[in-house]
Amino acid sequence: MFSWYYIEGILIQSCYTLLIVLGLSILTGYTGMFSFGHAGFVCIGAYVSVICTMSFGLPYWLALIIAGLVSMLLGAGLGKITLGLKGDYFCIATLGVGEAIRLVFNNLQLSWKVGGKDFLLDGAKGIASIPLHTTFLSALIIVAFFLTATALLMKSKHGRNMLAVREDELAAQMSGINTFRSKMLAMCMSALYAGIAGGMLAHYFGYLQPKMFLMTKSTEYTIMVIFGGMGSITGSVLGTVLLCALPELLRAVGDWRLVFYGLAVIIIMIVRPKGLMGGKELPVDKLFSAIGRLFGGKKKDLPPDSGAASGEGAQT
Amino acid sequence: MKDVVFPDWDPNVVLELWHVTKRFGGLTAVGDVSFKIKKGEIFALIGPNGAGKTTIFNLITGVYALTEGRVIFNGTVVGQGEDIIKDDIRETAVHPIHKKPYEIMSRGMARTFQNIRLFKSETVYNNVLTACHANADYNIFQSLWRLKVGPKWLTKYYYQEKALREKTEELLKFMGIWQYKDMIAVNLPYGQQRKLEIARALATDPKLLLLDEPAAGMNPEETQVLMGLIREIRDRFDLTVLIIEHHMDLVMNVSDRVFVLNFGKPLAEGTPAEIQQNPEVIEAYLGKEEDADVNA
Ligand SMILES: Nc1ncnc2c1ncn2[C@@H]1O[C@H](COP(=O)(O)OP(=O)(O)OP(=O)(O)O)[C@@H](O)[C@H]1O
Ligand SMILES: [Mg+2]
Repeated sequence: MFSWYYIEGILIQSCYTLLIVLGLSILTGYTGMFSFGHAGFVCIGAYVSVICTMSFGLPYWLALIIAGLVSMLLGAGLGKITLGLKGDYFCIATLGVGEAIRLVFNNLQLSWKVGGKDFLLDGAKGIASIPLHTTFLSALIIVAFFLTATALLMKSKHGRNMLAVREDELAAQMSGINTFRSKMLAMCMSALYAGIAGGMLAHYFGYLQPKMFLMTKSTEYTIMVIFGGMGSITGSVLGTVLLCALPELLRAVGDWRLVFYGLAVIIIMIVRPKGLMGGKELPVDKLFSAIGRLFGGKKKDLPPDSGAASGEGAQT
Repeated sequence: MKDVVFPDWDPNVVLELWHVTKRFGGLTAVGDVSFKIKKGEIFALIGPNGAGKTTIFNLITGVYALTEGRVIFNGTVVGQGEDIIKDDIRETAVHPIHKKPYEIMSRGMARTFQNIRLFKSETVYNNVLTACHANADYNIFQSLWRLKVGPKWLTKYYYQEKALREKTEELLKFMGIWQYKDMIAVNLPYGQQRKLEIARALATDPKLLLLDEPAAGMNPEETQVLMGLIREIRDRFDLTVLIIEHHMDLVMNVSDRVFVLNFGKPLAEGTPAEIQQNPEVIEAYLGKEEDADVNA
């Protein structure tokens, strides 16, 4: 039952879901803004990337970049309009936009011809026979890149400004922080991540339908962020991998798996109300040096100032 | 929008409030208040509960828009209401100016709050480090390169962040809360939270520091120490301080000038000695305050 093909599928799904959750973690976990329309950005990314590869014959990686940028542009536009709104209104606005995007693709009937090739957007029927470009390796590389970049960014002044917005927006403003800009950055980044992930998703499944981007998907992503712990990158990773794998592992118990899934989430929220990691990070650097010591101790002769170079050492 | 600047501004005046009025519906929280704060002085704003002191802070820092009047900071108008009273002639339909709070603050103001507002679930250290942000201008791409080595445009993060961390350490040590640096801010003892808030305010390199009842909730000894500290801060960081106090006796030996507010209206202005002798102030404020002290 657990063939490599099957496991690889779960891993690829975990990878692009992680990318979405990572983006959402910036917006929700770090900046404190709840979005319930993130599936909309994934949807945009998926469709744009598929149009790029199938109609315009662009390479996969370029399609992903374009998908991310289009999604980011949409996020920036939405941010410009809604970021002035107070928390609850922002939440409702994202929910509305997320659903609107899905409904547009649900009803859009378009066909065009590029270079002799026909391309058809057929509403709810979706698009089939998309080339399967997303491999586990490429997904892993993309996610590792964004994971590292996000972790570094969140430890810089840009990440600290976002946290300040989450903690106390007025106090942040009174410290001279342009809170609108921080929120905008969070919004753009999370939309970018979701767009790229959408492209990966489309080229993994091989088909697209608007109903793959229901509002429940958006809620699932938010649950993963909260489950892992707000404001923790490693928490988001753990939350995503666990919650992606769990329904698959529970497939053996049939329909009961949904009950177990819900139960698992509820238990975690009771036992650890601040999420698995509770705003803290796993000590990844210690983990790496431990692994280094295990494998022949090659890492031991790191230059002495490597700690300081990471920016952490300057603290002491 | 272009700044409204006064070219012949007296450089010794840091802040001027000019016929400032704020109305909330029918309630006039601040009514026609004018004063000038000179460079380097400790200017106290006092008055009984609900006199409008905090509202004045919120008007200066752009949290509220002015109803009438003008706030000028170092020669630049940072807030302007729809009406302006000019030498007893009312100019109406003036172009109102309401700058964003962060814009005003980054011109060189910092403040603390009456009900402490820290970045609660962050460490003491990060509270101050966050507020140091204006000293670093690396962009999001530069923040990805953490090494000391590399071309100058790439190593911005390393050197700027190092400077921020040195400054944070200096401020925490100066305020005497370095030993709490890894504590979550909300877990600090109350008095230390007030100190942390001042440290965070100082991290933005202000020229004008606004303190809203910094001694609230402290005992008399702690208050005495704090007042000494405020003088020390003024001298060391070369600041001008605007301090709100509820208890008049506390500010008498720390401030250079005192402005008394009563029911949103200006009551008196002068040196602490003058204020203590002003019969109106004694009647409206001191008398009441003494009663309160006897009861307490
Ligand atoms: N946002 C607001 N909306 C309506 N009324 C307000 C608002 N802010 C303040 N007020 C009113 O303005 C008046 C002055 O309030 P303010 O907080 O400035 O007083 P204060 O002098 O700081 O008093 P305290 O010593 O209690 O801090 C009060 O009557 C208050 O109820
Ligand atoms: Mg007050």
